[in-house]
Amino acid sequence: MTRALRAMPTLVRIGLTEALAYRAEMLVWLLTTTMPLVMLGLWTSVADEAPFRAWATRDFVAYYLVALIVRNLTSNWVAWQMSEEIRTGAVAGRLLRPVHPFAGYLGTHLGAVPLRAVAVAPVMLVVLWSSARAVLVTDPAHLGLVALALVGAWALTFAVFLCLGALAFFLDKSLGIVDVYFGVFAIMSGYLIPLPLLPAWLRATAAWLPFRAMLGDPVAIAIGRVPDAGQAARLVAQQWAWATALLLVAAWMWRRGVRRYEAFGG
Amino acid sequence: MASAAVARGRRGGRVRYYLRLAAVQLRASTVTGLQYRADFLVQGLMSLYWLGWNLLPLLVLYDERATVAGWSFGAALVVMANFVIIRGVLEGAVNPSLGALVEQIRSGAFDYTLLRPADAQFLVSTARFAPWRIVDVLGGVGLLVYAFVRLGQHPSVGQVAAGVGLLVAGLVVMYALWIMIVAMAFWVVKMDNLIYLLGSVFDAARWPASVFRGAWRVVFTFVVPLALMTTYPAQAMLGTLTGGAALACLAGALGLAAVSRLVWRLALRSYTSASS
Repeated sequence: MTRALRAMPTLVRIGLTEALAYRAEMLVWLLTTTMPLVMLGLWTSVADEAPFRAWATRDFVAYYLVALIVRNLTSNWVAWQMSEEIRTGAVAGRLLRPVHPFAGYLGTHLGAVPLRAVAVAPVMLVVLWSSARAVLVTDPAHLGLVALALVGAWALTFAVFLCLGALAFFLDKSLGIVDVYFGVFAIMSGYLIPLPLLPAWLRATAAWLPFRAMLGDPVAIAIGRVPDAGQAARLVAQQWAWATALLLVAAWMWRRGVRRYEAFGG
Repeated sequence: MASAAVARGRRGGRVRYYLRLAAVQLRASTVTGLQYRADFLVQGLMSLYWLGWNLLPLLVLYDERATVAGWSFGAALVVMANFVIIRGVLEGAVNPSLGALVEQIRSGAFDYTLLRPADAQFLVSTARFAPWRIVDVLGGVGLLVYAFVRLGQHPSVGQVAAGVGLLVAGLVVMYALWIMIVAMAFWVVKMDNLIYLLGSVFDAARWPASVFRGAWRVVFTFVVPLALMTTYPAQAMLGTLTGGAALACLAGALGLAAVSRLVWRLALRSYTSASS
């Protein structure tokens, strides 16, 4: 553990260098996150005619632009990376290193965060310049919770993708699962439609799943949809609990998977 | 006159040659696909799931509103059905070949494609099929039928023909854009993410084009002409499209196809193989 911590600055630096080397490719990947913008175009023209269930145009602008920021800041491609490395056997190199492989993955994807931040900065400027600015929270308690929620969303997303990546130990076509996952995530996290606008039974289901903590909750806190700071703090606490739990699940899957994998290779 | 007949015969022979070639490539993909029979079932279930997924925003929206930008629920469903059909064809017949091509260019195996006695663009476009995507297309057709039942409207034979014709034109537009991006692979090897970008922009075509305004309309008209792909065919089926607009669509599709062919030829000239 201490070894991993000592190695972390170097691992992050390597990740940053890698991200810089492939910056053009990464930028295009970030640009493929068009769904919030498409939904924004749709809902703003709906809300311009008349507010949609107490959601005015500026609420939709704030929601989808902040969702775009959160999504791009907290995303990673570790599931694809792991799946590829497990399929080709490159993962053996990671197993030889003196730190847990998760530390290596963590370094790579933490290193990409500064670049992600630069890429979403223009979106942030648009938010501050648009009508959405009026609904953003400004009091210190909420701002602090937003920061915590962003870190939590990053950790939770990372843990979820570690789980999905570790599936490659057990399934041949694990990336097909990632598609299914995205389908569930998009609805249950509020990525497609803000959670309060979903039909009641979907909303009730989403409440029990971790996905809303990855996107919908942080966005809701940031755009003032959770005015009670105590309630917002509870949401953040739930989010961190989910992140911890899923990280443990990922570690367990990894241990089981590696045992299997070694048995395979002989 | 004799030479004209020979030329005609030869051209007929060439069309038949390419049709047979396409059939062979399709059969090869189907045989490969049949090895994973469970996939058909899984894929069928997934198609249903994605169909419901696509419908969700529509249901949420029309639960509250009778019309959006002049589009009723039934009419918007027609657009959605066209979107599902076009995407089914794209993911069944066009996109799977992409992975093959990127790999070929990187490894240099594309040289062998060029050596074959058939057009390279044709070979590249038909390299791989995902036959089970037919489930999506059938789902889209089912949705289309349901939309018209809901509207209580029977499109005339002419309207259906015009709609299908424009749908094909829409596919041609998407394919032309696809080929132009793929042609970039000869200059920059990694362009698969650009294809994903095109696909993610195309996702907006599930909505009637007139719903979008401002910057969105500019992008969806000039960068990726989404209206051409789903909205105009839907209007043709609903009988609200003028003949002039329909002809303009067809002309636009043909023009874009010609441009894409030109870009492909230019790009091919700058292909220098992986080894050199």
